[in-house]
Amino acid sequence: MTAATRLSISGMSCAGCVASVEQALQAVPGVEQAEVNFAEHTATVEGDVSADKLVEAVKQAGYDAAEMKGQNAEADKEAAEMAHYRRLLRKTAVAAVLGVPLVIGDMGGFLPALDTSLGQPIWLFLGLLTLGVMIYAGGHFFTGAWKAFRVHNANMDTLIALGTGAAWVYSVVVVLFPDTVPSLARHAYFEAAVVIIALVNLGGALEMRARGKTSEAIRRLIGLQPKTARVVREGKEQDVPIDEVGLGETLRIRPGERIPVDGDIIDGHSSVDESMLTGEPLPVTKQVGDEVVAGTINVSGSFLFQSKRIGADTVLAQIIEMVRRAQGSKPAIGRLVDKVAGVFVPAVLLVAVATFLIWFNLGGEVLLSHAIVATVTVLIIACPCALGLATPISIMVGVGKAAEYGILIRNGEALQQAGKLEAIVLDKTGTVTVGRPSVTHLVPAADYSEEQVLQLAASLEQGSEHPLAHAIVEAAKQREITLSDVQRFEAITGQGVSAELDGDVCYLGNVRLMQSQGIDIGELQDRAQQLAGQAETPMYLARGQQLVGIVAVADPIKDDSAAAVRRLQQLGLKVIMLTGDNTATAQAVARQVGIDEVIAEVQPQDKNRHIEQLQQRGEVVAMVGDGINDAPALAQADVGFAIGSGTDVAIESADVTLMRGSLHGVADAIAISHATLRNIKQNLFGAFVYNSLGIPIAAGILYPIMGLMLNPMIAGAAMAMSSVTVVSNANRLRWFKSGAQS
Amino acid sequence: MIWLINLLGLALMLAIVWWFWIAKPATTQRQGDTVDILVDDGVYTPSRIETPVNQPITLRFLRKDASPCAEQVIFSDFDISAELPVDDYKAITLTPQEKGEYDFTCQMQMYRGTLIVI
Repeated sequence: MTAATRLSISGMSCAGCVASVEQALQAVPGVEQAEVNFAEHTATVEGDVSADKLVEAVKQAGYDAAEMKGQNAEADKEAAEMAHYRRLLRKTAVAAVLGVPLVIGDMGGFLPALDTSLGQPIWLFLGLLTLGVMIYAGGHFFTGAWKAFRVHNANMDTLIALGTGAAWVYSVVVVLFPDTVPSLARHAYFEAAVVIIALVNLGGALEMRARGKTSEAIRRLIGLQPKTARVVREGKEQDVPIDEVGLGETLRIRPGERIPVDGDIIDGHSSVDESMLTGEPLPVTKQVGDEVVAGTINVSGSFLFQSKRIGADTVLAQIIEMVRRAQGSKPAIGRLVDKVAGVFVPAVLLVAVATFLIWFNLGGEVLLSHAIVATVTVLIIACPCALGLATPISIMVGVGKAAEYGILIRNGEALQQAGKLEAIVLDKTGTVTVGRPSVTHLVPAADYSEEQVLQLAASLEQGSEHPLAHAIVEAAKQREITLSDVQRFEAITGQGVSAELDGDVCYLGNVRLMQSQGIDIGELQDRAQQLAGQAETPMYLARGQQLVGIVAVADPIKDDSAAAVRRLQQLGLKVIMLTGDNTATAQAVARQVGIDEVIAEVQPQDKNRHIEQLQQRGEVVAMVGDGINDAPALAQADVGFAIGSGTDVAIESADVTLMRGSLHGVADAIAISHATLRNIKQNLFGAFVYNSLGIPIAAGILYPIMGLMLNPMIAGAAMAMSSVTVVSNANRLRWFKSGAQS
Repeated sequence: MIWLINLLGLALMLAIVWWFWIAKPATTQRQGDTVDILVDDGVYTPSRIETPVNQPITLRFLRKDASPCAEQVIFSDFDISAELPVDDYKAITLTPQEKGEYDFTCQMQMYRGTLIVI
């Protein structure tokens, strides 16, 4: 297929760049023509080649590129599905127009007997009419069955085509050659053939409607993307379609407008409502340099921003892609069913033939009509779709529901594992606490002042990236303290830092650091323990061998951590806190949020070992951390929850990514997992029970006991409704409510 | 007559077992890196595709069937699933690293295809 692909190119500054980009594009296999428009910073490429390869080629040439793709795919899909839905309803109506009078005529005895001189031509006419309706309303079953047969496959179409086809052929034989059939078996089943086709089409239409609701979450996410954007070109603001927005363009956002692409604010400030992506209810303040992402709503001020991610590269597009991918994945619970579903239809065909033979041999010619009815009913009642749908449809709704709460589940397996968890390990900083520590106390040793303690501590930490260091430097800035230059800065993992100042080696860190350097901390030890008992982190400061003081830093506990921990415990989970912080501080924090078990003073690289130890005790363990520092522990855990903040999410880093910072997201994810697994089990139970009871009843197992033969039309209705029931049950998951409010 | 019908019935059962479970449909050899697959009438055409191990292959699905049955294609062994647009191509590129047969199906297992890695 030859198609045109439009790319937005950034980084081009001259005509030479145009030539480079064009050459790079031309060199991609499959490209027939590539034209770069320097003024618009776009490229139009024709040829049989994927956009990904073109973007890659431009990037390798030293520029940036992204595909400029329209957002109409979803609308096209919906239009096609709606047309298909209407077609199914039309076919249902046509089949019903013939089928219903036939049923009434047959049951009410209004039609002439088959073997009369008047009856034969009338029934023949009805047979031909039935054939016409079957071709119009059920032709797709026969086409599908034949195509599947040719590739050694059998599907739902096979069953419907064989069932209705057998009913029609038998009826025609009865009408044309009545003498070849025993008199008691002379019955035509034209009405059954058309009514079954009407019911199966109606079932398909109802299923389509119900399934439409299962992708509501994705549709809602797609709906966040505005159709147009207001770009500033040559000093003028103009509205353009979203697929015309390129990289590096300046865009204007006014109050109440939705942000069309990702970018950085270059002028103005505002507050932005990101709740639709993160589930976080409060608007976030944004100013020059801050990032804004597509789909979020500008609440108050007006601002200009520069686009940096467009099309499929925006955070919103990536989230949609991730949710879609997860919705299509299957947990282990669905794999066995897949195997059953894969061999189900041929197995039903065998059962149908066996049913005929058993009836034929046991009932003899007198019960030939029962043999035909039972065979057709077995074919019609069997529903592989209900089996095949049971797992994926629940996963689809469950994963979508989670996305509405700002919870991105990587795949069905993660969802299933989350339902089996027994213990959950929480990182402290940024997970239980806010993750933005601040200096709370300065305790000088004798001969020193608070200011001297802060000045020295901040001077030591100015080269560090650690959040605690940031808090100390920030406190010094607020007091307008001038920092000294230090030499030989060294971060000592899990202990603190050291650096040289005016020839003295200075240390700032925990007890272990002081002990390793032989520094006497006796003077301030009690005070340090007291601060730790208040959930603060005391750090000793020393110059040479002399203790200078203590800097205490505290990271406030998130408002809702205690409530979320309670929810996790109510879900039957053992909650453990894992931290590199000192034991006393960790225990104080744990006490405040209601956690009983604390593993403190753990080196970052040892966190995964502690997870492993818990797993060796036979527990299914989850780890909740920030996704970057805790990556090995997240990977080691049976389910890793990366807790993010806002839309700055590490999408690929964990089994479950929480876009909002609250621990309630973990409880919600686990609750959704429980609900989804319960839903899958209900669906599987229903589908298995339906088929394993329905097929024997259809085969006539109740006839010897109760004299009951199932009507093939009832079988058709049951089959049509079985899929609808599975989809409707999965739809119940849409009503899941977070326990965070309660 | 009774024996004839019984024999025919048993022969039909054997034929079902042979056709659907034992005999394999024709295999399509890839020409170049890309294979186009039509998604319509309940089947993938072609449905069995042969490809060498450790070589990337791009399968471009063109969905003509607007029913939800055809909506997704799932390669469960590769942990890949994709939503197929109607009347448009959707390309999936993968590099099989072990020889064997890998099924790809719709959500309900009614559309079925096999990637044969040699």
